[in-house]
Amino acid sequence: MLTIENLHAEIEGKKILNGIDLDVKAGEIHAIMGPNGSGKSTLSSVIAGNEDYEMTKGSMLFGGQDLSELDAESRAHLGIFLSFQYPVEIPGVTVTNFIKTAINASRKAQGLEDMPASDLLKKIREKAQLLDIDSKFLSRSLNEGFSGGEKKRNEIFQMAMLEPKLAILDETDSGLDIDALKIVANGVNKLRNKDNAVVVITHYQRLLDYIVPDFVHVLFNGKIVKSGTKELAHELEAKGYDWIKELA
Amino acid sequence: MDFQDKLISSYLAFEEGVNLSDSVHKTRAKALKYFEETGFPTRKDESWKYTSLAALINQDYSLFPKSESTIELRDVKKYFLYDTDTYKVIFIDGVYSPFLSNTTHDGLDVCLMSAALTKPKYRELINTYFNKIAPANESLTALNTSYAKEGAYIYIPPSVVAEKPIEIIHFASGNETSLWMQPRNLIVVDKNAQVQIIERHQSLKAHAVVTNSVTEIFVHQDAFLDYYKLQNDLESASLIDNTYITQEKNSHASVHTFSLGGKLIRNNLNFYHKGEHILSTLKGVTILEDQQHVDHSTLVHHAQPNCESHQDYKGIFSDRSEGVFNGKIVVDKVAQKTNAFQQNNNILLENKATINTKPQLEIFADDVKCSHGCTVGQLDEEALFYLRSRGIPKKEAKALLTYAFANTVLNSVQLPSLKKRINLQIAKKLGVNLGFEL
Repeated sequence: MLTIENLHAEIEGKKILNGIDLDVKAGEIHAIMGPNGSGKSTLSSVIAGNEDYEMTKGSMLFGGQDLSELDAESRAHLGIFLSFQYPVEIPGVTVTNFIKTAINASRKAQGLEDMPASDLLKKIREKAQLLDIDSKFLSRSLNEGFSGGEKKRNEIFQMAMLEPKLAILDETDSGLDIDALKIVANGVNKLRNKDNAVVVITHYQRLLDYIVPDFVHVLFNGKIVKSGTKELAHELEAKGYDWIKELA
Repeated sequence: MDFQDKLISSYLAFEEGVNLSDSVHKTRAKALKYFEETGFPTRKDESWKYTSLAALINQDYSLFPKSESTIELRDVKKYFLYDTDTYKVIFIDGVYSPFLSNTTHDGLDVCLMSAALTKPKYRELINTYFNKIAPANESLTALNTSYAKEGAYIYIPPSVVAEKPIEIIHFASGNETSLWMQPRNLIVVDKNAQVQIIERHQSLKAHAVVTNSVTEIFVHQDAFLDYYKLQNDLESASLIDNTYITQEKNSHASVHTFSLGGKLIRNNLNFYHKGEHILSTLKGVTILEDQQHVDHSTLVHHAQPNCESHQDYKGIFSDRSEGVFNGKIVVDKVAQKTNAFQQNNNILLENKATINTKPQLEIFADDVKCSHGCTVGQLDEEALFYLRSRGIPKKEAKALLTYAFANTVLNSVQLPSLKKRINLQIAKKLGVNLGFEL
């Protein structure tokens, strides 16, 4: 589904990613771990098409299509979703209206009509239930005054509504207490199927107890220095990141 | 003959319609003299540095509409907040329209300045309030005073809560090729009374219209004024709005100004504090395009201790539009424990648009909290990326963020249907499709 080869990227002339190789297939969950500043968030931004970053070398293919020439919205239309570490507040635009705008933008790009309101409402109800979201929450302004946990849950709600092929969860666990973490993880698990894939980006192993990865990659200095299965996450939890730095 | 001369030479014609021996007319004549000596402000005047009237006054206007114009209700209904359920004082080309209006004398007075200025029963109020806060040394205000004859007169007696909002609407019919209007409003909110007022000026056809309006508002002890100015006129129409508000002890006064359309708009909005524990709120959203020009000149004069003022103006400028924000706060030496806040944030959507923002703080007291801030910027790139990552195209994403930027000012709009309407107007102007609400 997503094939990244020798990816180099920089921001304002500063090199952040120094040759990433990553192959994510449908139905898989990948975890990308690493110490702060290792390039985890940059990798997610670059995949999602943040124009602040410049891809200087390598290739990114999504379903065989070259991503490097596509803007962020086109990547979203192909089915890439990024759950933000710090979701942006949009006063005056309700969660519902925002979702509607996003869904219909993707449909338009695919040459489809707007989703009928009744279908949309039905889907909203269904997904809100899945994530234990109160309907009152949906008529609030997007992320405005939301707690950290609410913001993250709302990101997963958007993911549920947009049904991406590839979801990248950037530090979705940060700022969540254990109950919120379980709800979010549970939601992600329910949304999984054999046709989609999830990349979980996290500093801690905690989330991976609930979203169990097929593969774990350790990022350091903009390179994947070690890959393994879920046991690698436990090893990192026990030993910290210092031994990884020696591998680099 | 230039227009300034015409204003003076036409005065004889104006005088034919008023009582010359009246004290009100002495006030008018004095004001005319001031205008005659001073003339229109120019960019040499500090407070007019960024706004030039030259293009407006270099053409001719008729001062008195030649014939009475009628307009059909169905053509203007859309400019009313509600079909019914508001008091309405409506003018067409400066002339009162009894057909479109809905005035009252039942427990409160919502009627005409022409009646208030001439009928004996209003004489005492006119003597107390007319031209008492409009400064004598501002030439446009003086010009308005000299021709003061018609407008809205509103009196809310003590402890009366006006149960319906009042709409003051000036329509320009387009039957005159060019028209110069000078409405004069007087609003008195007596002790413990409450009122909500909406004012708008609307041209029905694209023709040159200039309105030089003066509104004097007296908000007495414990009273509450909630005032909305809707400025969404055609690009052929200009407005100079001079509003003067005095507040007594424990009163609240709030003015929201929504400047969404028009050729040139100048808002001179002035608050004067006459007692303690006063709250003044000044908010505005300005969204301009093409070559529109809007100038907000605000003054809050804190002259008593323990008062509060909040100013929050947001501006969004595209094309070659120009915005000016000139916010002055004066805190007298006696006005200790004053809280005065001022914020002016602007977004330039295009490089050719201009904003001149100038906060002016004159603080003579030492125990006060005053702050001011102004920003001029572009949209937040991270926020833009967030929206685009959800599949929303760049153009739409920008519009949505711009809408969100302006939206915070609407939180304090107290009339739900007005809030909804302005919301939709702003969304439409910015190209945002808001869809439905759950």
